[in-house]
Amino acid sequence: MHELSVAESILNISCDYATRSGASRVTAIDLVIGQLSSIVDDSVMFYWDFVAENSICEGAQLRFTRTPARLQCLDCELEYTIPDQLSPCPRCSSFHVRIVAGEEFYVDSIEIEKEELKTP
Amino acid sequence: MSAIRVPVVEKIFNANDRIANENQSLMAQNNVYSINIMASPGAGKTSFILQTIHRLAGEFKIGVIEGDTAPVTIDADKVTAAGMPAVQINTGGECHLDAVMLSEGLSQLPLGELDLVIVENVGNLICPAAFALGTNINLLIASIPEGDDKPYKYPNIYRGLDVLIINKTDLLPYVTFDMDYFTRGVEMLNPGLKTFALSCRTEEGIQPWVDWLKLQILSAKQG
Repeated sequence: MHELSVAESILNISCDYATRSGASRVTAIDLVIGQLSSIVDDSVMFYWDFVAENSICEGAQLRFTRTPARLQCLDCELEYTIPDQLSPCPRCSSFHVRIVAGEEFYVDSIEIEKEELKTP
Repeated sequence: MSAIRVPVVEKIFNANDRIANENQSLMAQNNVYSINIMASPGAGKTSFILQTIHRLAGEFKIGVIEGDTAPVTIDADKVTAAGMPAVQINTGGECHLDAVMLSEGLSQLPLGELDLVIVENVGNLICPAAFALGTNINLLIASIPEGDDKPYKYPNIYRGLDVLIINKTDLLPYVTFDMDYFTRGVEMLNPGLKTFALSCRTEEGIQPWVDWLKLQILSAKQG
C-alpha cells in the first residue's frame, strides 16, 4: 500500500503547478494511470482528503483515466490488449512481446480557479 | 471565478526519482557498487545477503542497509555479526524503502571505505517496484515455493529488474513449479534478464552469482 506516498506526490505536484499559475483553488486533478501500474484508485482516494486538507487542493476531485495495457508480438507483429493478466500473443502464442502502453502514471492536468481581477 | 485547465504532465514519482539520482551520484563518487534487493517476505533475502557477504568478505568491504516496517534489528544484527557495518531503517509501517530513506541510510555508512552497498528492501512485490533508490542494480529474489505465476501477477516488479535470483531450487522436487511457464512470463516482461538459479540452503548455484557480482564491483571501483 504505497498509495499514501502516491497521494502525497499528487498533492505536491498539483500544489506546485497551482501556485505557479496563480490559482486560488484547485477544483479537479486529472491522473493517467496505466493498467500495469499497480495503483488502486480507491486507496488513493481514501488518503486524498486527508493529505489535501488545509491546502490549495482541499476538496479537489481526483479523476482517473485508466489506460489499457497494449502489447506487441515481436514474432507476428500483432498488437493486442490483455484482459487482466499478462498473456502471450493471442494469434501465434509467442512470448516475445513488447509492452507498448499501460505503464503510465502521471498528473495530466489540473483545473484551477483564480480570483477575478476587480476593475476599480 | 473562472475554471482554468493547467496542463501538468508530470510523473507522480518524479520527486523520488530526483533523489534517487542524487543517491546514485553519491555512491558513484565513492566508487561504491550498490544493489537493491527486493522480494516477497520469506523468499530468502537475509540468507542470500549473508551468503553473498561471506563469499566476498575477504576481498571487499560491504555495508548493508536493512529496510523494515517495524523497529526490529534481527536482520541487521545478523549482518553485524558477519562483521559488516549495517544500518537498520524502520520505515514506520511504510511498505517500501524510498530514495529519501535510502539517502538517510547512506549517510550513516562509511561510504568512502566501502566497495559494495547492499540494500534489503521491505518484503513486498508491489510497492518497492515503484520507488527507485538509485542503486546500480535492482535485484529480485523469487523463491520456488511462491509459485510460478508471480511474473504474471506482479508484472511491475519484473519490468524494472536488472538481475533475477531464483532461490530455493532445492525445493523443486517437492512443489509444483513450472519453470518454463515462469521464465516465459519473465521473458515477456524483461527479455534477456540476467538470471541466477540457486539455493541458499545447499549453496548450489551461489558461486556463479558471486563471480558475476565481483566483476561488477571491480568495474565500479575503476570508476
